[in-house]
Parts: sequence; structure tokens; C-alpha cells
Amino acid sequence: MTQLFSRPSSLKDVQTHFCPGCHHGSIHSLVARAMDSFGIAGETIGCASVGCSVFLYNYFHIDVVESPHGRAPAVATGVKRARPDRIVFSYQGDGDLAAIGTSEIIHAANRGEMITVIFVNNTTYGMTGGQMAPTTMPGQKTTTSPNGRNVVNDGKPFRMAELLSNLDGVAYSARIAVNSPKNIIQAKKAIKTAFQYQVEKKGFAFIEALAACPTNWGMNPLVANERVGNEMIPYFPLGVFKNNDNL
Amino acid sequence: MNSLKKKFVKGNEAVAMAAIEAGLRCYFGYPITPQSDIPEYLSRELPKTGGTFIQAESEIASINMVLGASATGVRTMTSSSGPGISLKQEGISYMAGSELPCVIVDIMRSGPGLGGIDASQADYHQATKGGGHGGYRIIVLAPNSVQEMYDLTMLAFDLSDLYRIPAMVLADSVLGQMKESITPNPYIAIPLPSKGWAVRGTGGGKQNIVKSLYLGDGEMEAFHWKMHARYKELAEKESRWEEYETSDADLVIAAFGVTSRIARTAVEMARAEGIKVGLFRPITLFPFPEKGIASLSSRCKRWLTVELSTGQMVDDVRLSVARDAEVSFYGRPPGMGSLPTPEELFNQIKKQIL
Repeated sequence: MTQLFSRPSSLKDVQTHFCPGCHHGSIHSLVARAMDSFGIAGETIGCASVGCSVFLYNYFHIDVVESPHGRAPAVATGVKRARPDRIVFSYQGDGDLAAIGTSEIIHAANRGEMITVIFVNNTTYGMTGGQMAPTTMPGQKTTTSPNGRNVVNDGKPFRMAELLSNLDGVAYSARIAVNSPKNIIQAKKAIKTAFQYQVEKKGFAFIEALAACPTNWGMNPLVANERVGNEMIPYFPLGVFKNNDNL
Repeated sequence: MNSLKKKFVKGNEAVAMAAIEAGLRCYFGYPITPQSDIPEYLSRELPKTGGTFIQAESEIASINMVLGASATGVRTMTSSSGPGISLKQEGISYMAGSELPCVIVDIMRSGPGLGGIDASQADYHQATKGGGHGGYRIIVLAPNSVQEMYDLTMLAFDLSDLYRIPAMVLADSVLGQMKESITPNPYIAIPLPSKGWAVRGTGGGKQNIVKSLYLGDGEMEAFHWKMHARYKELAEKESRWEEYETSDADLVIAAFGVTSRIARTAVEMARAEGIKVGLFRPITLFPFPEKGIASLSSRCKRWLTVELSTGQMVDDVRLSVARDAEVSFYGRPPGMGSLPTPEELFNQIKKQIL
């Protein structure tokens, strides 16, 4: 009998704390598969952020350092500069990376730090209970935008993958989604490429992963999954925005 | 030995020289007067030793880069002055919570707010009481000469590694900017615990996690009691101070940093007139040398604390003498031209004594 599917060896055999229908688990799995494919888990240091992303160390069998809210790219800079022979990545949510940590991500990217950044965009603050994020969609109701995001008052959502692709220091920038088998196949390839850039010492790589947050969206997992395709992807188009070395 | 040749350098340069000598691998900083000589020196000299210098985009980023580098087990440092140190408090709190060693240099300027660039001691409370959130302490060393800027920077690295507590060198713009002749002593390594906790990649073995999040039953409380015990150990083993002419003193002046130098001259002036005055100079501000003060106050009943503020260390002096002695205060809050003269302090001594 041929085994077609197995748990990535970089992931621990444990249950996650993620809500039903949450996409963090799928994204974790793809990151682990990328590490497995290069055999780098033993030399990888993860920089966890806060909120739902913080428990990286409970799920990945890798060394992890916790970062203050938004500061993971600065922490990762310190880790990588101290240990340039290690693989270093940060894993951050949208409030973390695109609001309180905007300065840290822009500057780490502009310096061309030899790190990989996994940015999970689910258009809301998850752990704190569904408040408005910098990526919240126009009109989207959250606990701090009860009448829907008003773009006159709050501006429009950030498109981080495109924004960062404009910086010379960025070698690779892509947006992925895990809402369909087709998108998962492309996401797997993109995340692998993002780590390949670091393995081959070719520069800063950025992945924006669109994700569902059924609990805070007030939707069941199926409807939340559909929202990713119907509402998010039209505003946050999938694709590769920068690929310096065409890896 | 060539390295033992005397050098005529600024206090800020002495800090940078000592850091390299003590094995600094990564420095992350941001420009602010009056400490910019430190990043300037290190940007030139640290890369020559194979170390890393980065001018970060902010004080916040620089302390978090320190956090990351420290988590991997290397010696790392940042430096700043009041406004920048305020911004670093978030990261310092996380490092205290994660038991990460590092050296932070604060060349105090006046405040609050933008304040000014003249010497101040008004960051005493911020430095010694845990400047960020959550309840913690860091090691605080207070040099009073360029030589001590050098020596105590080395000590800060050792104490920080030994106790896994961030260490601060707390000086001021006079000490940072003035030049004195120093002997750049070689660093002598002391036995230190191995950094088996550092994140370096599992290598397929045990997972290391550097974190300050404690959600399990009783975990956070256990952490606090563990650190409380470590602070007590620190106080017992590492409290440092200097006494001058205290053996027969009727009055003891308590002063640290640049103020202690002015006070020492005032003590000499008083002694020349037969007035029995001594000087007690805390070198460690945390741990505060309570025992040194307590033992002295059992026989000397009159104290005068002098600071470049409206009074901060005086609180700790009063707690240390308890009910044994009376503590007066003379302060000059920071501002251009507000450094007290020795004559001024001598007049204060006479007021107390006569």
C-alpha cells in the first residue's frame, strides 16, 4: 500500500487550540512541509508573535522565541544577525504586522534581512475578540466597527504583499490562500519558495496568507471558507508580486 | 601590554571599548544626545572584531533586536538616553519576563518629555523600580568616572549573564561626555553558567523556548517568587558601594554618579575645617546597598542625600536607615546650569552640622 499523506515531521502530534474552520492549522502544516522539504527544522528558529500565533512552539518541534506585539521582524533580525547560519522566520497576524508592527516589518524588509515572514491576514484581531484590523474589509462589521468599516474614517485595508514588493530589499513577496485544493497547491509552492530564498541566502521573503476566522466573523466554517474566495480574494488578489531570482 | 596603556577618552567611548573587550557580538541602537558617541564608536570598531552593528529604525526595534540576539545566547547591548529608554521599556519588560541577559546603557539627560541634554539623575526611579509593566527589577550600576564607565560596563555583562537579568549602566551626560585618563583593563572571564536555554535550533534534540507568556495554573506566580528570590540573592552577593571618611563622621552624604564627585570635594572642604563629614556612594543602585547604609546608620545618625532631581534615591536611603537616623535632602533638578558646586554642598553641610 502506498502512503499518500502523512503528518509533516516538523509538526508535533498534538491537538491545536485553533477554532473549527480556522486556517492557521493549514498554514502551519504548509510551513512545516516547507521545512521538511529542506530538512531544516533542526536549524530553524521561529519568532512567534502574540495572539493566536503565539503558540507556534506548541505545534512546531523547533526552537522558538516569543516577540512583543508587532516586533517579531526586529526580534528575527537580532536572531539572524547573531546566528546567520540558522533559518529564521516570523509568524504574525494582521494586527501584529500591519498595525502595531508596521515600522518593524517595513524596515526589516528594506534592510533585506535574510529571513522569511509568514503573515496571516484574516481581516480581524482574533485572540482579543474580533476587533477591526488594518486589513478589515470596507463595510466589514467587527466589535470596534459595529456599523462596518467606514473607509472615510478608518481608511482602506492595507495590501501588504504589494506594499512590500515595492521595497528593493524584498526578494520575494506573494499572497496565498488555503480555501481550496487548487489554492493550497499554489500556497505550498509559494511557502516553499519563501524558505528556499533563505536556504539559498538570496534575501528577504514575504508570504501573506489569507485566512478564515469563523468565530470572529460569526460564520460557520463552510461559509467562512467561502468568504475568503468571494470577498477577500477580489480585494487581496493571490499571486507573486516579487520574485527576484525566479526561484 | 599595549592594551594597558592609559587612554584619554570620553565616558561614552569607554563604555563602547569595554563592551567590545567583554565580548560584545551584537549592538543595536538609535541616535540620541548625549549618548551618540557609543553607536558611532561601535559602528566603526565592532565590525572589525566580527561583531554586528545595526542602527535600528527606532528605539523599540533596537531593544527587540537585542532580545532576539540575546535569545540565541550572544552578548548584546543597546544604549540611549531618557526619551529612548522610555521607548525601550516594553522590550526590557519582555526580556525581564523571558530571563534574558543584556546590557542597556542610559546616559541620562533631563526631562520629562524632550527636556534637555544636560546631566540629570531623574531616571533613578525608572531604572531601579522596573521601568516597564508587570513588576520586575533589572541590575543597575552607577559609575562616577570614565574608568568606572569602562569597568562597570564589563561587570554589567557578567552580572547579567550570571543572574539572567538585564543590566543597566546608569550614567549622565557629564560622565558620557567628559574625557578622563583610563586604564583599559583586559576582560577577565569569570565562571558563568552555560546558556543551555538559548534558541540555536534543536539540532533534532530538545526544543528550547524563550518566552514570557505563562497561562498555566500557578505558573505566573511561581515565576514571580522565583525572581523575587533571585533579587534577594543579588542583594546579598552583589551590593556594591564606596565609603569615604565615614568612620568618624557626624554626617554622611549619600550621592551617586557625577553628584558623588562634587560631594567628595565638599567633604574634603569640610574636613579641612575640622567638620566630620563622610560620603556613602552606592555603586549598585539595584541591588541598593541597604546593608551598607544600615550598618553605617547604626552609628551615624545624620544623613544628607544629594541628587540631580527633586529626590528619588532619597526614598531608598530613608528605607535603608529605617528609624536609626534622620535623612535630609538637597536636590538640584536637572537644567542648564543646575549642577551644584562643591561650595554649595559645603554650605548645605554647614547648615546640617552647625
